[in-house]
Amino acid sequence: MKILTCPINGPRPIQEFHFGGSFRPLPDLDDMTDDQWADYVFNRNGEPGVKTEWWYHTASGVWFLADRNNETDEVVRTYLYQPESTDV
Amino acid sequence: MPYRLLKYALSRSYSEPRMFRSHDKPKSEYDVVIIGGGGHGLAAAYYLAKEHHVTNVAVLEKGYIGSGGTGRNTAIIRSNYLTEEGVRFYQESVDLFQGLSQELDFNIFYTQRGHFTLAHSPASLRIQRWRAEVNRNMGVESEVVGPSFIQKQVPELDLTCGGHQAPICGALYHPPGAIARHDAVAWGYARGADKRGVEIHQQTAVTDIEVRDGAVIGVHTNHGFIKTRKVLSTVAGWTPSVTRMVSLRTPLVIHPLQAFVTEPLKPWLNHIIVSASLHVYVSQSTRGELVTGASLDPYELISMRSTLEFAETLSGHLLDLFPGISSVNVLRQWAGLCDMTPDFSPIMGTTPVTGFFLDAGWGTWGFKATPISGKTMAETVVKGCNHPLIEPFKLDRFRDFRLVGEKGAASVGH
Repeated sequence: MKILTCPINGPRPIQEFHFGGSFRPLPDLDDMTDDQWADYVFNRNGEPGVKTEWWYHTASGVWFLADRNNETDEVVRTYLYQPESTDV
Repeated sequence: MPYRLLKYALSRSYSEPRMFRSHDKPKSEYDVVIIGGGGHGLAAAYYLAKEHHVTNVAVLEKGYIGSGGTGRNTAIIRSNYLTEEGVRFYQESVDLFQGLSQELDFNIFYTQRGHFTLAHSPASLRIQRWRAEVNRNMGVESEVVGPSFIQKQVPELDLTCGGHQAPICGALYHPPGAIARHDAVAWGYARGADKRGVEIHQQTAVTDIEVRDGAVIGVHTNHGFIKTRKVLSTVAGWTPSVTRMVSLRTPLVIHPLQAFVTEPLKPWLNHIIVSASLHVYVSQSTRGELVTGASLDPYELISMRSTLEFAETLSGHLLDLFPGISSVNVLRQWAGLCDMTPDFSPIMGTTPVTGFFLDAGWGTWGFKATPISGKTMAETVVKGCNHPLIEPFKLDRFRDFRLVGEKGAASVGH
């Protein structure tokens, strides 16, 4: 069974979690073209590598971030969101 | 057969004819280079050679042909999609599939079975009705049927789902729904393309694409540089790594999709049965195995690993539908990569990079599109502009907010 570590609840089975997609900082909405907005809305980085992702612990309602390798499925670390904690 | 096998074992040379020639090394230049030797790439090569007489073509495959999604799908062919763009495209594909054994002079074991999409709720039935109306309007055989019809056609099906799930209240019935032998489709196209002069290079990986002044001038491979002005990428789950080489951004994210087959049984299940609510689809292959698959794995992963959770969940749902098969053994389990788009439609055609053509976004609907995608992409590569059938699927739709909104795809729960 795959285990993911929730920053609040500790190690839990992966079935208790919901995948929330890549962490993508919202761009400056006042200073962008329509093409840049479309790029933000639709385009993703689907390449292999370590990605920062949103995850949700369903049982306790905790959203947090995980740095995970999407090729080996290895989780580097999980942590709560803080504006300065992510450098993407 | 045993005698033939014995003769083969004692023979010093390989006694069966090969499907295609093997070549030492790629040439230094081709008119078209196709990256990816799956069904789509091989079909495009075949139609390039056959219909457009472009034969100076190389298909570069980093593994062996048909080793990706082509050999990992559950081989279902149907055209009962929801959008007009989707129905028109997949119906052309079904038409081509029906004549494909003759076209390729190779038996692809195409068998028409009839396809049920089971509805477990009035909301689901409403979507099926919508699909049936769109289908019929476009001349595709498709209708909503009630429980008594389903039970008569599939007597083994437990419409109450053993009380574990919402009972089945109807279905979308699509009589032309069919299955085929997916490996044979790849081999047939490979043989046909090879006969007409196309070179198939296995164990040949593209490491970079050379672009100058916004146009493709060649590809780097593990066997050196190849000059070409036209590159077609048909690599499905590996597309993001190829589009990075030409600095193109796409919405593609990769999820695995898992499937398994059981031991062979005497023929008892004629139809293809799908339950979108339970995330199950099942058919019985010509060899008698039950071929069954689920929805996508719930998170992004570029890996073809199998999980026990999947086998347990899918088996449970399969038994909700067919309680009679509880003692049947599972033989093999595997996963394939699905390159998913937000509108459950492919990404096909020209790109902002001159000479770089994309055939991607095949998610869970790639196998059934093999012939038509090969045919339309071949024409697109030759003419340099999109074939009318694939115009709605162009990459630009994500810049222009013109998504297709296909909800008839296999992975969409409703």
